[in-house]
Amino acid sequence: MSTELSGEHGAAPVNGAYGPVRRKEDARFIRGKGYFTDDIALPGMLHGAILRSPLAHARIVSVDVAAARAHPRVEAVITGETLAGLKLAWMPTLSRDVQAVLATDKVRFQGQEVAFVVAQDRYSARDALELINVEYEPLPVVIDARKALDPGVPVIRDDIEGKQDNHIFDWEAGDKAATDAVFAAADVVVACDMLYPRSHPAPLETCGTVADLDQVSGKLTVWSTTQAPHAHRTLYALVAGLPEHKIRIISPDIGGGFGNKVPIYPGYICAVVGAMITGRPVKWVEDRSENLMSTSFARDYHMHGEIAATKDGRILGLRARVLADHGAFNGSAQPTKFPAGFFHIFTGSYDLQAAHCEVTGVYTNKAPGGVAYACSFRVTEAVYLVERMVELLARELGADPAALRMQNLLRPEQFPYTGPTGWEYDSGDYPRALRLAMDMAGYDDLRREQAEKLTRGEYMGIGLSFFTEGVGAGPRAHMDILGLGMADGADLRMHPTGKAVLSISVQTQGQGHETTFAQIVAQELGLSPDDVEVVHGDTDRTPFGLGTYGSRSTPVSGAAAAVVARKVRERARIVASAMLEVSPDDLEWTGEKFQVRGDPEQARNIAEIAMAAHSGLELPDGVEGHLDASTVYNPPNLTYPFGAYICVVDVDPGTGEVKVRRFIAVDDCGVRINPMIVEGQVHGGLADGVGMALMQVIAYDEAGNCLGGSFMDYLLPTSVECPSWELGTTVTPSPHHPIGAKGVGESATVGSPPAVVNAVLDALRPFGVRHADMPLTPANVWSAIQGRPQRTDLAIS
Amino acid sequence: MQVPAYVEYEKATSVEHALALLARFGPEARILAGGHSLIPMMKLRLAQPETLVDINGLGELCFLTVTGGELRIGTLTRHAQLLDSAAAGQHFAILHDAEQVIADPIVRNWGTVGGSLCQADPSEDLSAAFAALKATMVIRGPDGIRTVPAREFHTGPYETVVADGELLTEIRIAIRPGGGSAYQKVGRRVGDWPVGAAGAAVWLAGDSIAEAGIGLTAVGAQHFAAAEAEEFLRGAPATEASFTRAGQIAAEHCRPSSDQRGPADYKRHLASELTTRALRRAVRRARGAGA
Amino acid sequence: MQITVYVNGVAYTREVEARLLLIHFLRDELRLTGSHWGCDTSNCGACVVWLDETPVKSCTVLAAMADGHRVLTVEGMERGGVLDPVQQGFAECHGLQCGFCTPGMMLTARWLLDRDPDPSPAKIREALSGQICRCTGYENIVRSVRWAAEHPG
Repeated sequence: MSTELSGEHGAAPVNGAYGPVRRKEDARFIRGKGYFTDDIALPGMLHGAILRSPLAHARIVSVDVAAARAHPRVEAVITGETLAGLKLAWMPTLSRDVQAVLATDKVRFQGQEVAFVVAQDRYSARDALELINVEYEPLPVVIDARKALDPGVPVIRDDIEGKQDNHIFDWEAGDKAATDAVFAAADVVVACDMLYPRSHPAPLETCGTVADLDQVSGKLTVWSTTQAPHAHRTLYALVAGLPEHKIRIISPDIGGGFGNKVPIYPGYICAVVGAMITGRPVKWVEDRSENLMSTSFARDYHMHGEIAATKDGRILGLRARVLADHGAFNGSAQPTKFPAGFFHIFTGSYDLQAAHCEVTGVYTNKAPGGVAYACSFRVTEAVYLVERMVELLARELGADPAALRMQNLLRPEQFPYTGPTGWEYDSGDYPRALRLAMDMAGYDDLRREQAEKLTRGEYMGIGLSFFTEGVGAGPRAHMDILGLGMADGADLRMHPTGKAVLSISVQTQGQGHETTFAQIVAQELGLSPDDVEVVHGDTDRTPFGLGTYGSRSTPVSGAAAAVVARKVRERARIVASAMLEVSPDDLEWTGEKFQVRGDPEQARNIAEIAMAAHSGLELPDGVEGHLDASTVYNPPNLTYPFGAYICVVDVDPGTGEVKVRRFIAVDDCGVRINPMIVEGQVHGGLADGVGMALMQVIAYDEAGNCLGGSFMDYLLPTSVECPSWELGTTVTPSPHHPIGAKGVGESATVGSPPAVVNAVLDALRPFGVRHADMPLTPANVWSAIQGRPQRTDLAIS
Repeated sequence: MQVPAYVEYEKATSVEHALALLARFGPEARILAGGHSLIPMMKLRLAQPETLVDINGLGELCFLTVTGGELRIGTLTRHAQLLDSAAAGQHFAILHDAEQVIADPIVRNWGTVGGSLCQADPSEDLSAAFAALKATMVIRGPDGIRTVPAREFHTGPYETVVADGELLTEIRIAIRPGGGSAYQKVGRRVGDWPVGAAGAAVWLAGDSIAEAGIGLTAVGAQHFAAAEAEEFLRGAPATEASFTRAGQIAAEHCRPSSDQRGPADYKRHLASELTTRALRRAVRRARGAGA
Repeated sequence: MQITVYVNGVAYTREVEARLLLIHFLRDELRLTGSHWGCDTSNCGACVVWLDETPVKSCTVLAAMADGHRVLTVEGMERGGVLDPVQQGFAECHGLQCGFCTPGMMLTARWLLDRDPDPSPAKIREALSGQICRCTGYENIVRSVRWAAEHPG
């Protein structure tokens, strides 16, 4: 256990190759030599722009592109009709729905794609959009998810044969009867309605593509901001009918993904079609309003939670009923069997007797999406629900929120733990993490300070969040996306001079894979991370896999990297035995070399062995003329990172302004390959918590106008709103992961919003405020104090 | 990123030249100063001028002086320069308070005082600050120079009295002893437009308020000012009770609208709360009792 | 119209439309793609470059306005292959993850340190408050700037 607050990061690794190794990828970024999609300029390249619907729901009467086509710098204009002729007007979504690429019959959300212009430069493409004349016949809109299933409400998806309503799915998990019984017998039941409002990942780089079709060979090369290049390639093959071996997807450097860059967007397809039609490369990069209004949103869960407990504070059960707003097309990206993602991990970190949840998904006239923004497949929603309910229970019982959690946390001896909704948590020492967070925060002193300040009319709040998330999807038997099993591959080549090239299927968007994966291989083979090159992002050069999201890179691909390195090491053992003329069983691996047991002078390191494998040395069975190996890792289970967070805020009740004074975060992600990178991931996610809790929302007005279509209104936290994060760590390795690592990319985004919200509401207790929804803007805080908490997803325009 | 429509461009070499260009290109010509109000509008194609008259080279409009008992601010003064100006801060702390919370440090490097005023956004901060200070706007046209009180400068949202063919060149504020001023703003986040903001400038006579100016923005206050509250304060004791009452009066006379920044009742509350806080701080400064 | 802009010490003369934004001039005309763009409303700061001595949001400046002026981009921060201490600080302190906001952050940091060689963390945060990072949570950016302040080189 260590309170490893980052300060000095030495360049020398600790524990072999693991440690705060400086990132290899930085060399190009700090010199402005990154290679992002919009940096690409190919000879003859054209530029695309999308005309989008200003209306949320309308029939398309006519689309007149004649004037646009006549623009001297326009090369092509593509409409829904054009695509329909190619059977590309609709495409499958990641949830087995269909989505319009370019609208044909109706538009179903404001910002929906209607036409695509291809021009010689981006300014002309933009100009030509104004020359397109679309006649719409407005239809009544469905904006309030809570009314989407009311009788008589317009049917949005009349493109689906026989569709009579806006219902998508019903789903449930847990034991309803057992849960009902627990609730019926409980001393205390607390209920609350809460909204996790529609949000958006908003990576700083927007989504885009450059499509290049070689007219001679028929090879389609697509540079794209994609977190899942192989999955995209397979989907393009299935959707466009192109042979898959003639498709190459390249993810260049990606300026942040956060789940926003998982789906295939209409603009990508349009760029490909544009390349086909014009015979020239076509670049399409969206602007920020397009990104916010049409690409994968996150959250939008209307939740009703109930918690049952004894009067002594023993939590017995949890119930949740959720209304999930999926927008106009069900485009959310999660494993097929789990339409509500992993929401049923809402039982959290506590020892419950029973739990049950029901989720209903509905269509509304908004953009599609839902699973994005570091949600770990809806674990953000689940953790928010349980951590708010625990807080409300504490208030009901007059208990201290930290003490109540400590009383109910799962104990270390209970692991591996199977929860009431079927999740098998791999490892954890929860009380230790909470105790560490409380010590770092000086929890008792904070409560004393809070009481003292209150006597002077000053309002500070202390909010806790303890989270467990399940990441690293996942076992192929249970987890696939569109039928593609969620395993990942790794290929490792050892050059004769002992340098390694690791090819992986995941795709970094800033997480530092070029460094951390090199560290994994280096650790297994006694190399320096500088000796290992990590190749990713090019489907021609890397093995198949489902990509990076849901914090799955380290749990799945990291495992694959370790396994393939061990395969190489075992081949090296065989070669070493031939070199030293001993039996392979006589050799032991020291961490840096194979040496003969009892005769340490007789030793060979990987570089020497690699050269020998390529020489004329007679090689035993089991090794051909090299050490290279490949593997596909099928994870046996998810991994379960966890953490204890404490947030301290000061609230000005006269204005409603909230200042986040401190944030203490203790994270446990198992074995940490690179603590510096782990901390960076946590820092970033904590900022998300401040943003979501206090300022971020994609709201709509009653006409279906998106009110969060720019950074003027979709507000993101800056350096001023974020405190200096205080980090601590515990390490409980995952027992089933080859190196004991769990993944951490989304932990802080998952765990932090409830801590901030709990803190604000803790400050507002003297005003009798029980609950108020995110974002807790000054107006919303003030309104809550007046007894009028606002509904935050709908707004008056 | 969104991009502007086609536009013609002229670079002015003097104020006279700028006026001549405006006359030549007519009402579809727009002055381009820092561009940080105009260019974003052009990118969204909410503004589509035919000709831009770039006045960034007009050093004669870039000044901050104390002359003839007045603080005189050339309209090409960048926000950052106003924030950095010791003279401005010394005489009118309200200007520093306001500049500190206008946009962000990078935008302030290039956006100009004149540009913000002429953009005339109903939530613009300097409009309220200059209203509180009862500043005077100096406008030059083909027929010469005219002055307009700050409170008569705006005729509606995004509309000022600067006619086609005219140029706002200077803002003047009379310097009187015994004063203190302050600006209080609430935004959803740093750099945001105000949800509500209030500026106060007071001059004391003993323990009474001899003269007060209150400016409000983003809350639908007429002429960005709270004239009724100012009337109440004239001769009133400089006490908490007065500040509170003044805030209430200011709130009664504004007409905020509900939007994403907040509902109307909250903004009305802010008008009151922030007026009170601005007065409190302004009086403290007038008494030399700290910031 | 023809403009001449001095970028990283080199004069570039080009024929451009008046509406061409400076960020597009740098990226598309001059192929200096180290400066980025990330929004439509001058909020994100991915496009920050120096215009003469001052950091500006180059998405909100016309290339025409830079005619006759000097521009410094991230590509011009290193001198003769030697990295600026700010660049070194970012690498040393993990001040970047995806790298998209980094050029703008570094250029503002350089400007801040030139005016205030020993800024407090609060002052650094304030100076960077017009620029968004989605990855780092700002902590390591602040540390990177402090490192550069302590290692002026």
